[in-house]
Amino acid sequence: MAVMTQEAPAALAARPPRRFTVRVTPKLITGVVLAGAIVLFGVLGPLLVGNPSTVRDIGLSGPSGEHLLGTTQTGQDVLAQLAHATRGSLTIGLVVGVLTLVLSAFFGIVGTFAGGGWDEGFSLFSNVMLVIPGLPLVIVISSYVPDKSIWLIAVVLAITSWAGSARVLRGYTLSLRNRDYVLAARVAGEKRWRILAVEILPNLIPLLASQVVLAIIAAILGEAGLSFLGLGATGSFTWGTMLFYAQNGLALRLGAWWWFVPPGLLLAVFGAALSLINFSIDEIINPKLRAQTRAVRKKWRMSRSQIVGRGEEATV
Amino acid sequence: MRYFLQKLGFYAVALWAALTINFVIPRLMPGNPVDIMLSKLATKGPVSPATREAVEALLGTDSSASLWQQYLDYLHALVSGDLGTSVAYFPAGVGEIIGQTLPWTVGLIGLSTVLSFVIGVGLGTFAGWKRGSWLDNLIPFTTMLQSVPYFWLALLLLFAFGSVWQIFPLNGGYDVWTYSGPEMSWGFLTSVVQHGTLPALTIVISSIGGWMLGMRNMMVSTLSEDYIVTAEAKGLRPRRIRMAYAARNAVLPSVSGFAISLGFVVAGSIVTEAVFSYPGVGSALLMAVNSNDYALMQGVFLVITLSVLGANLIVDLLYGLIDPRTRARS
Repeated sequence: MAVMTQEAPAALAARPPRRFTVRVTPKLITGVVLAGAIVLFGVLGPLLVGNPSTVRDIGLSGPSGEHLLGTTQTGQDVLAQLAHATRGSLTIGLVVGVLTLVLSAFFGIVGTFAGGGWDEGFSLFSNVMLVIPGLPLVIVISSYVPDKSIWLIAVVLAITSWAGSARVLRGYTLSLRNRDYVLAARVAGEKRWRILAVEILPNLIPLLASQVVLAIIAAILGEAGLSFLGLGATGSFTWGTMLFYAQNGLALRLGAWWWFVPPGLLLAVFGAALSLINFSIDEIINPKLRAQTRAVRKKWRMSRSQIVGRGEEATV
Repeated sequence: MRYFLQKLGFYAVALWAALTINFVIPRLMPGNPVDIMLSKLATKGPVSPATREAVEALLGTDSSASLWQQYLDYLHALVSGDLGTSVAYFPAGVGEIIGQTLPWTVGLIGLSTVLSFVIGVGLGTFAGWKRGSWLDNLIPFTTMLQSVPYFWLALLLLFAFGSVWQIFPLNGGYDVWTYSGPEMSWGFLTSVVQHGTLPALTIVISSIGGWMLGMRNMMVSTLSEDYIVTAEAKGLRPRRIRMAYAARNAVLPSVSGFAISLGFVVAGSIVTEAVFSYPGVGSALLMAVNSNDYALMQGVFLVITLSVLGANLIVDLLYGLIDPRTRARS
């Protein structure tokens, strides 16, 4: 997309403004509202709460008027920690999502489009990366580095997680590359990068969007797992580190549910919200999921006699 | 035949890549793991030259040998099964530790993965068959379960069934107070099952949603194919259409997508093992990480990678048997 010149916007403007109409379903609304609320909390929350590291002498205490989500073993406000952790986790998700997008688009789309040996090589490379399990590799790499910045963690997570979506993108690009309109553009003498940027990429946008959403979920989960094991970025606040401290502070044995339930719950709800959004994107990519809606669904519910009756009218 | 040879070739390349990654990582990283390891080993007892050589071959060293020579030494050490000595479990060898822990993990992950695959694909079949039924409406809920992190679910289950209602034990793979080590007795097996229930439940609950969703979507796609309409027109029994016509074709992507999901399951179960202190390779990996036991760490990474590769190879070969098209095409 970065290679577009001045002609490209004109070509885009000539198109009908909306190519992919998203049907507004209850699923989509729920997903957007939930994800939006958590993002808002992550962006604005840290400004409204106090310092998450402040130690008070009240020790472990349950939810109260003063501390809405109670305090940790050292009297730190859980709500304040949660706000900062949300921001940290979302940042990781965003950064890794973008990095994964770039890597998988490079190996999945550009490689496939180039064809020939490039395609074979890139495809083999992504398949090998796919079968090598990611988290153990991340654990090994991050245990060698004593002082880990949040960027290092993000890069390592991206390196180990792009392969899956590269494969998906490759399959789709392969089918696009041989469509008649692309061949026509080639015959018409369009430049290769222009075919890629103007003819192929726009058709891949829904797929890219759904892959980014998946990558964000995977990244947040991966980082949480890593931090939970105590291998996350040094001095960072994420949902995973909160759970790590809760586990080490014996929150479980002490019954301090207000400490370990909220971070995990936010993580789960955010993941669920993103997958709800993904359902709606899936319906754009796969028309079969969309075409069979209520009308067809009713047909499945019909009794056998009804189907037989319909068959006589010869309308299948 | 060509299909099988191609697959074997691919896994040979993947195996080589895994071995090489394992060789390169310690050498690329800052610091000198060999010195750290050897100084730790020295505090526990005398370090024999053989041990020193094994550690150097595994982790790299500043010694005069060229990189290529080091690579050959490393491969030679692997082939002869010498993975070095563990610091964390001194004086046990790395191979010995892995031999003790691997059966636990393979048992736990293997059983729970098969369980969740069978249940998930089964439920997905029915959800896709009857779109809009209560089962189909359950799908978004199970997808939510999928985005629940394994370790958090493990914590919740542990809190509910270990602390609040004390039904299941809190940690370990068997009752260490009654049994000194694994043995073949009824009581020991019961203990293993009791300890394994919660970890297995965690893995099944977290991974079942993915299988269900994938299968359901493929069922929906398959059901709109023409040959399904033909089958209905022929007046075949719905059960036969569902199982032999739709499900049989719809399950193929789930089988071939095994590679991606197995990676997630393995990653999740490492963390799950940490929560339950389960005596598997995941716990060994964490133990190694926490005590800078690089030899054990590399060994465990290698074994996990090889197991995942092996499982995928088996699934791929099976796929060739299930779907004749793959053999015909190649």
